[in-house]
Amino acid sequence: MRSASMQTASPLDASKKAPRLPLFLAISGALALLAVLLPQALPWIKTPFIFSTAFGIAALGVAILVRAGQVSFGHAMYMCLAGYFVAYLSRWAGGLDAILLLLGGTGFAALCGLVIGSFVVRYRTIFFGMLNLALSMVLFAVLGKFYHYTGGTDGMRVNRAAIFGVRLDRDGFESALLYLSVALAMLIGYAVHRYFRSAAGEALAAMKTNETRLEYVGISTYRVFLTGYVLSAALCGLAGAIFAISQGLVTPEMGYWVRSGEIVFISILGGVIHPVGAFIGSLIFEFVKLYAAAYLTGAWQMTLGTVLLVMVFFAPDGVAGLLARRILAQEGQERKAGGRP
Amino acid sequence: MDSQTVLLAVLDGLSYGALLFLVAVGITIIFGVMNIVNMAHGSMFAIGGYLAATVGGWLLAASLSPYWAAVLLPVVAVVVGVVLGGLLESLLIRRIYGKDPVLQLLVTFAAFMIFEDLQRLVWGGQPYSSSELVSALGVIDVLGISYTTYQLLVVPGTALLVFFALRLALRRTLVGKQVMAVAHHREVSTTLGINVRRVCLFTFMAGSALGALGGAMSVQTTSWVLGIGAEMIVLSFAVAATAGLGQIEGALVAAVLIGLARSFSVYLLPELEVLMPYIIMTLVLLFRPQGLFSVAQARRV
Repeated sequence: MRSASMQTASPLDASKKAPRLPLFLAISGALALLAVLLPQALPWIKTPFIFSTAFGIAALGVAILVRAGQVSFGHAMYMCLAGYFVAYLSRWAGGLDAILLLLGGTGFAALCGLVIGSFVVRYRTIFFGMLNLALSMVLFAVLGKFYHYTGGTDGMRVNRAAIFGVRLDRDGFESALLYLSVALAMLIGYAVHRYFRSAAGEALAAMKTNETRLEYVGISTYRVFLTGYVLSAALCGLAGAIFAISQGLVTPEMGYWVRSGEIVFISILGGVIHPVGAFIGSLIFEFVKLYAAAYLTGAWQMTLGTVLLVMVFFAPDGVAGLLARRILAQEGQERKAGGRP
Repeated sequence: MDSQTVLLAVLDGLSYGALLFLVAVGITIIFGVMNIVNMAHGSMFAIGGYLAATVGGWLLAASLSPYWAAVLLPVVAVVVGVVLGGLLESLLIRRIYGKDPVLQLLVTFAAFMIFEDLQRLVWGGQPYSSSELVSALGVIDVLGISYTTYQLLVVPGTALLVFFALRLALRRTLVGKQVMAVAHHREVSTTLGINVRRVCLFTFMAGSALGALGGAMSVQTTSWVLGIGAEMIVLSFAVAATAGLGQIEGALVAAVLIGLARSFSVYLLPELEVLMPYIIMTLVLLFRPQGLFSVAQARRV
């Protein structure tokens, strides 16, 4: 990770500072270790961890758009599309490997993202958000209506697949899927981090600051935004595929607009300043939901809503933003004390 | 499709479009003045409906004439608008005017989530309905079709009343002119001595009350279940975006258009019924990216 080339993109100005990176790297490592080690002691926690990894990947996809200043209230549609594609694949070509299912789901979502994106990325702010929302509602309604093809609101089953050619029992399968998704999350987190620092990623963040100026320097915002859009669709697709394989069932509910809102919520909760934010956000989200559902029956949405409000008002840059600010403050003190130049 | 079915579809469409207009115009004026898309608007619709059904139940228990409901519906709407809309604006929305649009959307989304659980806590999971007013008003024969007076006259009448009252209020009254001024330019209005805070609070209350009125009128003919607000919010967005955000006249046209399209598809293509609003919205935005009735806006570089 090159510290010298980080310049303008991050919401916090001093993101050029190198010391932040080791911290975020350490957090990523700690999260991955937690996700791998904790289930050894508490086996029931595997599924929540798989879900939160999946939602983290989806939130990372949405975070790409948030960096461009746009918010989509329809990205659960890509999770849903990938999930159903996986279900069809496993029905038609039985015995397909989970790896191929994941790849297939991601690819299909990326393709859909390209087709839908090619006209949706011409819109901004609320129109962008609403068009995505409308399309996701169309998908939701179609999936619910065409019972003969999609199983209606009952959804479709996804049979347990082999992973890397190995057939496992339920418990082993869940462990394998957990390790696989954590590995994927790490890989993707790094790739997205590189993307944010690349020319295309920097241009994407510049769209938020001033789009006209971006066009003026000769960069096509259409292409920049479309790249980001397809990427975000692919990540949501991967998340949907993991979700479908893990749950063994896909329903239209996966693509309901409230799910899309939750993905946006996760990405803001974690913060879009660094990819690890999405995973911090999804972990908090999944466990607040789990505990609120268990202890405050019927009030988990209220709990999440309150958490969201507190975040927006007191930490609009998310948990990752809070951490970054804290480090900056410490650095400032050290500098005052003459510790470092 | 014979002429009877066509007429039936037209009547269905007009009555449905009128309800849609009531809700969508609320979201439209809030957006027009404050530039905030209020995700919690669907909750106002839902709570308006629940409250109207509850009050309708009390009327029935007190064996009062069902016509009292006609008086109570607007009262319910105003109460919901003033209390909930006022709370929402003064506690949350007021603090986010200058913020990033993403954060604004999230704040209203959070409010929506909280309201969703509040409804569950107060009214529980069972369906509610209240049809005394509709049956008391009876039916009318239109060219051989019996149609309920409520859906034929009361609902479209209310929508038209609201439409003309809004137009009149915005153009002829002092408060209305202040609202228009704030919608055009917030800072300039402040320097002109307009109490922008009060105007915003008032607009938000009025918008919320219209959403609640839509709910209170819908619950007379629809069964009220949890999640109805989430559906409605998307629908009223579709109407507002089709019209061009902030356009009151446009909202009326778009609502009727979507209402008619939906009722015709019920008879012609029943599979597409739920999709109709979104198909129309997508088609319109494809050719008119800012909506049907949008006006040119100066670009701020």
